[in-house]
Amino acid sequence: MKKLTLPLSGADVALLKAGDAVSLSGVVFTARDCAHKRIVELLDKGEKLPFDLLGATIYYAGPCPAKPNEAVGSCGPTTSARMESFAPKLLDSGLRSVIGKGEMCDEVKKALVRNKAVYFAAVGGAGALYGSRINKCECVAFPELLSEAVYRLEITDFPVIVATDANGNSVFE
Amino acid sequence: MRTLDTKKIEEAVYRLALKAGTTLTDDCVFALGKAERKESSLPCKFALETVLKNREIAEEKLMPVCQDTGLAVVLLEIGQDVFLTGKPLDEAVNEGVKRAYKDGYFRKSVCDPLTRDNTGDNTPAVIHTEIVSGDEVKLTFMPKGFGSENMSRLYMLTPAKGVEGIINAVVETVKLAGSRPCPPVYVGVGIGGSFDTCAFLSKKALTREVGSANPRADIAAIEAECLKRINALGIGAQGFKGDVTALGVSCEVAPTHIAGLPVAVNIQCHCIRVGKVVL
Repeated sequence: MKKLTLPLSGADVALLKAGDAVSLSGVVFTARDCAHKRIVELLDKGEKLPFDLLGATIYYAGPCPAKPNEAVGSCGPTTSARMESFAPKLLDSGLRSVIGKGEMCDEVKKALVRNKAVYFAAVGGAGALYGSRINKCECVAFPELLSEAVYRLEITDFPVIVATDANGNSVFE
Repeated sequence: MRTLDTKKIEEAVYRLALKAGTTLTDDCVFALGKAERKESSLPCKFALETVLKNREIAEEKLMPVCQDTGLAVVLLEIGQDVFLTGKPLDEAVNEGVKRAYKDGYFRKSVCDPLTRDNTGDNTPAVIHTEIVSGDEVKLTFMPKGFGSENMSRLYMLTPAKGVEGIINAVVETVKLAGSRPCPPVYVGVGIGGSFDTCAFLSKKALTREVGSANPRADIAAIEAECLKRINALGIGAQGFKGDVTALGVSCEVAPTHIAGLPVAVNIQCHCIRVGKVVL
């Protein structure tokens, strides 16, 4: 399996093809429904975001709480389609990759192509496997949202499939 | 008449919830293994292998198999010769849920539908009670994830639609769900009853073992035909296009009105987590 380190470079993205199995390591930021709503509100108001979107990776996930001496609990992907209305705006603002599960609409695909970005599908329902490959987890925004807050995760060897590549090819079609 | 303190129900809910969150049912593991061996698409095989590896990690580390530890669904079949004492039944069930989700480090996923404020302890549980004969209480606990719940549908068909209409409704629901509910899915189908009982039957169908057949031959035939047509859709594990889109289809039936044919289709992801006990 091809190994890649996040954040991805433009050259990394260019080499990825839909259907490739890839192992990801590095830094990602979690965000789900509520966090996306707030991030887009901040963007619309022109305010500073809690983390730098440029080149970053967002992981559509809301973890289980950590047990003592662990970074985080189970933490698999959630359904990406619920973030479809927000994703183009974030991609146009510099986001280079997203990790989630399930197909996303044409508007997102177009935004991926025009921004040379990539959508990775993690395996839904594999929360224990992904959670055990997160070495560090810190809340960087909206702690009141509990599992829906934005967390900065350091991940090692996340098995994913390239769902939609920068040319708009998709594993779901 | 037999007396049963609801404290016993609370303890049973606590134990079942803790175990269900971190364990797939044996029939689910068997069905996933069979799917993995049969699958010819590489991305789908990759997904199924990952899921099976995940289940081992979850059991070994006592981690939730999926971070969506669900809305707590509790089915109680209460014998009419049982006299419940102690705290009210709903309080006992919710207390068991609250403690399990705290002690298990499970995600709290319950919120107000409008303000989206999290209740903080994964309560209230969804509690279904049925009064049956006998002096026992049958308790079923099912943490229900919402990626799949969101893809469920209810049809009020006309009687003229018949068996073909039922099968079309089931297959259409799975087709429209596509990759979103974490296939391979388990499909619970309610046939008949009223708008509300039909939906309940579809949920109850999901508490049956994957691969089990309805004792009524005509219903079992519908289950088999639905499964065949769903797998012919080619959606595959995680929607990566493959041979196995569903692990099973279970139908439960009830008599309905002469003017109607309700069909409810409740989708369950491949993380089938159900615990049962008789008290």
